[in-house]
Amino acid sequence: MEKANTNILLHVENLVKHFPITKGILLQKQVGAVHAVDGVSFDIYQGETLGLVGESGCGKSTTGRTILQLYRPTSGTVNFDGVDLVALKGEELRRMRRKMQMIFQDPYASLNPRMTVGEIVGEPLVVHRVANQKEIQERVSNLLEVVGLNAGFANRYPHEFSGGQRQRIGVARSLALQPSFIVCDEPISALDVSIQAQVVNLLEDLQNQFNLTYLFIAHDLSMVRHISDRVAVMYLGIIIELADRDTLYLNPLHPYTQALLSAVPIADPIADSKRKRVILQGDVPSPVNPPSGCRFRTRCPIAESLCAESQPEFRELKPGHFVACHFAERFV
Amino acid sequence: MPDLLLDVKGLETQFKTPDGIVHAVNGVSFGLKEGETLGVVGESGCGKSVTMLSVLGLIPSPPGKVVAGEAFYFGQDLLKMSKEEIRHVRGAQIAMVFQDPMTSLNPVLTVGLQLVEPLMLHLGMTRKQADARAVELLEMVGIPKAKDRLGDYPHQFSGGMRQRVMISMSLSCTPQIFIADEPTTALDVTIQAQIIDLVRRLRDELGMTIIWITHDLGVVANLAQRVMVMYGGYIIEEAPVKELYFNPSHPYTLGLLGSLPRLDEKGRHRLTSIDGVPPVLYEKPIHCPFSPRCKFAVEHCWKENPPLDDVTQGHRVACWVDTKTGRER
Repeated sequence: MEKANTNILLHVENLVKHFPITKGILLQKQVGAVHAVDGVSFDIYQGETLGLVGESGCGKSTTGRTILQLYRPTSGTVNFDGVDLVALKGEELRRMRRKMQMIFQDPYASLNPRMTVGEIVGEPLVVHRVANQKEIQERVSNLLEVVGLNAGFANRYPHEFSGGQRQRIGVARSLALQPSFIVCDEPISALDVSIQAQVVNLLEDLQNQFNLTYLFIAHDLSMVRHISDRVAVMYLGIIIELADRDTLYLNPLHPYTQALLSAVPIADPIADSKRKRVILQGDVPSPVNPPSGCRFRTRCPIAESLCAESQPEFRELKPGHFVACHFAERFV
Repeated sequence: MPDLLLDVKGLETQFKTPDGIVHAVNGVSFGLKEGETLGVVGESGCGKSVTMLSVLGLIPSPPGKVVAGEAFYFGQDLLKMSKEEIRHVRGAQIAMVFQDPMTSLNPVLTVGLQLVEPLMLHLGMTRKQADARAVELLEMVGIPKAKDRLGDYPHQFSGGMRQRVMISMSLSCTPQIFIADEPTTALDVTIQAQIIDLVRRLRDELGMTIIWITHDLGVVANLAQRVMVMYGGYIIEEAPVKELYFNPSHPYTLGLLGSLPRLDEKGRHRLTSIDGVPPVLYEKPIHCPFSPRCKFAVEHCWKENPPLDDVTQGHRVACWVDTKTGRER
C-alpha cells in the first residue's frame, strides 16, 4: 500500500536550535550552547508518515517541537502548506496551530489531573473559539468514540484510566481541531508491549480515516519501520540518513545507521543469531561541544582523517536516499 | 531433581495496599540448572521482578510478604533464612542488577568505595587488596582508565558506564547466579548491545548461571536457553528458547509476539494487538487471569485456573485450550 504522493506539506530547511548555557545569577552571561538541532533539512509529503529515529539526546524531540514553533528556531525555515511558520507571530501563528498538533510521550504528565476528560479533549475547541458549548459536547463524544473510548468517559478524570487509555485521550485531543499534520513524540514508549500495538493500530486507522500526515518520533526502530513510509536517522543534532523505509532498513548507507540497526534484537532466536553485529564503542559525545567534521567520527568504525576535517554534505546518493557520510559509496 | 541450582516451589507474594491486598505472585515454581541462562518475560506488573526479589528476601516488609513457597539453594530454603544468613548468600552467591543504574548507586559515595564494600564484607579483604580487585573488576567490564575512575562519583559516569559499574559490583564476589532485572531498559539500543555483549562474554568466561528479566522478547531471543513468560503473577508458558518462539502455545505469548513489529518485517501488515489491559489482582483469581483478554477463552477458562502442564518435553503451558486447534485440550 503506497500512501505517499508528491505534494509537499512541510518543508524544513537548515533548521537550527541552540539552547544557551548561562552563567551568573543576576547578569546572565552566555557561556556556551547546547547544539540540540544543528541544521536539518527534509520534506514531509502529504499523507505520509516520516519516522524520525535516534538515540536519546540526538535532538529528535527538539526538531519536532521546533517545527511546531513550540521552541522558536535559532535559524532556518519551516514552511508548512506554503506558509513560513518562523515569520509568524501571535494570532497568525495561533491560527496555523489548528492545522498541526502534537501527541506527547508521557500520557501521565501530558493530561491535567484536575480536568475531566471532556474538558481536556474539548479545550482546543474552547481556546480557538471554534464551537459553542453544545457543539463542543457533541464533538467530544464523537472524538472519544473515534479513538475507541466510551463517550460516557467525558466526566471522568485522567487518573481513572490506564496508560493506553490516557494515550487515547491525548490522541483525541490532538484530533479536536481536525489538523492535517500531527507530531507524534514517542507516543508509545511509555506503554506496555501489548498496549503499544493497540495505539499504533489506532494511529494507522486515524491516518487513513482523516488523511493525516505524521512525523513519528521514536527510538524503537522496529516500530518506526512498521509505521513509517520514509525514515530519517538523527545523530547529535543532524540527520545523517533519510530514505524510504525498506531501502533504509535493507541497505543502510551510513555506518551509524548500520550499527544502530544491527544493535536491535529480533524476537527470533535463529534469525537473530545469523546477523552480524556492529558494536559501537563509547557513548554519544556532548552536544555542547560536538566533534569537528563528521559528528559520528569518534565512534565510527571506518573514520579517516578527512572525517575530522570536513563535515560531510547531506547528499542524495541515490534517488530519494540521502546520506551524510564521505565514504557512503562503499556501501552502495 | 538434584541437578537444580535453584529450585523454587509454590512461591506466593502479596502486598498490602490501601485498596486491598495485591496478589503479585500466585504460586510460581521453576528450576534453574547450573550454567544456563533463563529469560523471564512479561509486562509491567506481571510479577517477574517480585518473584526474584522474593527469592532473595528483598521484598520490603511491610507492605510486602512472602506468604507461601520454598526456594532451595544447595539444600537450604532461602525463604526460611534469617536476615543475617540471607545477607551472606545475597551478593556473595546470588547477585542482582537492577534496571536503573542511577538509583541503585549511592550518589554521595565514590564508585570505588561502593565496589570495595562487598569485597571487604563478604570476602574479608583488606582495603588495599579490595582496591586492587576493584580495578580488575572495572577493567573486566570494559571501563577505560579504571584506576583513575575509582574516585569518581556515579554522576560522572554515563548511563551505560553506570550499568557496567553495577555489573562489576555484582560480580565482585564471583556469584554463582546472576540475576539481571531489565538492566538495559533505560539504555539506548547501541549501549544495550554493548551491555548484552559484555554479559555474554562474562558468561562464557566465568560460567555464570543467569536469570535475565525483561519485557522485550527480542533481547532474550539470542541470549537465553530457556524462557518463562509470566502473566498476572503466574508462569503461563515455559519452554526452550526456539520452541517458545517458533511454537508458542499460550494465547498471551502468541499475542505478545504478534504485537511486536519486527525489524526485518517486509511489506505492511497490521499488528495483532491484545485487547484490554493487564490485571491488578486484588483477589487470587479463581479462573485463568488472562481469560478477560483471551480470544480463545471457552467456558472452562472462567471456572478453573489452568495448571502449568507439559505439552511436550520441557514445554509447559497453563491453558485449557489447544491454540492450534482452538479446542479444549
